[in-house]
Amino acid sequence: MEIPTIVGAGLIVIGAGLGIGRIGGSAMDAIARQPEASGKIQTAMLIAAALIEGIGFAALFAS
Amino acid sequence: MVISNKPLRFIIATLVACLPLISFANPEKDSAKVKTEVAHQATEGAHAEPTDVKSKIKAFINHHLLDSHDFTFSVNEETGAHYGFSLPVILWDNGLQVFSSSKFHHGEEVAESNGNYYVLHHEKIYKTDAAGTLTEGEHGHPTNATPLDLSITKSVVGILGIAILMFVLFTSLAKSYAKNNGIASGAGRFFEPLVLYVRDEIAIPNIGEKGYKKYMSYLLTIFFFIFFLNILGLTPLGFNVTGNIAITASLALLTYLITTLTANKNYWGHIFWMPGVPTPMKFILAPIELLGTIIKPFSLMIRLYANILAGHVVLMSIIGLMFIFKSWIGSTLSFGLAFALSILEILVAFLQAYIFTMLSALYFGAGNEEHHHDEAH
Repeated sequence: MEIPTIVGAGLIVIGAGLGIGRIGGSAMDAIARQPEASGKIQTAMLIAAALIEGIGFAALFAS
Repeated sequence: MVISNKPLRFIIATLVACLPLISFANPEKDSAKVKTEVAHQATEGAHAEPTDVKSKIKAFINHHLLDSHDFTFSVNEETGAHYGFSLPVILWDNGLQVFSSSKFHHGEEVAESNGNYYVLHHEKIYKTDAAGTLTEGEHGHPTNATPLDLSITKSVVGILGIAILMFVLFTSLAKSYAKNNGIASGAGRFFEPLVLYVRDEIAIPNIGEKGYKKYMSYLLTIFFFIFFLNILGLTPLGFNVTGNIAITASLALLTYLITTLTANKNYWGHIFWMPGVPTPMKFILAPIELLGTIIKPFSLMIRLYANILAGHVVLMSIIGLMFIFKSWIGSTLSFGLAFALSILEILVAFLQAYIFTMLSALYFGAGNEEHHHDEAH
């Protein structure tokens, strides 16, 4: 039985979504603990989110 | 002034967010007309042109995502009139062939230049005979010869326009310091914090206090270039420049070249002979690290391209839903959604410019790390 590529793309998007969600949640936690470091946390969060997002988009375009 | 500031900003944001709606306000999408056209289709039967609303919207979006050889604001489908202007076509085909894109009549006619015949097929120029025959190859792509296309297309117009705008804007900002005792004036008041932001938040933390200066010109250029082009893509002019993989690929190539050419010996040492790991591991790590240098700019390219492309497709599809539903609830809902998404797209426009600049700075910084910490690996 052949599994269509779009299913794989969907799975990767689910994974990417979970990953970005975790990053966002952890950043929220960290900012709540240390509001004075919010700038640095935001920068690090954006970089990590952007890296994961790239994989998600690559999966979308491969499908 | 302080009281009126906030509503003013809100009104400006609202206006900018509503701009994409205008690009869809074409006479062809008039619901009364669409109905008659669907009726026409029923009587006429098979026809090459898509006539029902859904495939029309699909064709419109697909056309928008491609680069275009002429600048069309809107099309009157009843008379077939195109409102816009044509752009020069420059081809290299046994010598330079320059003619106006109006010769193609929007892909309907064969253009002739110095005894050569060209035809426009899905925004690509093919060389044909006088009758304009295209031989169909595999996957429906024509197998005709394609001349080297150096035309001033719509995207090129956008890039040139933004380049001139940036030149005028930032030279005037630089000059205003001398004129005004070191205080920016005019539009520079708005752009000075952004320039400082790129320097203080992007360049210095990532590259380091010592060597950041030589990268500032490049970082500022790509930041404002991508930011302005993203915003330009949200205007009703219908530009899709940063959602074009060729443009993001060249930007990523520039970052790759600068990283590679300005890297010091520590950077290459970490790629080919990673210090602090056992010797067998060094042989495994070298190809992975080498591949990593190419994947980094590749992900830069895909990220910007995919974000902007996805934004345009989603925004246009949601606006297009209005013409499919044609009801009070559906149209209101899609208007609200399109409005919210337009505001989100403004954020994405800034965020993508920021991410691209940020990651470029990060790669430059990685190529310039000086101090050597032996036990850290």
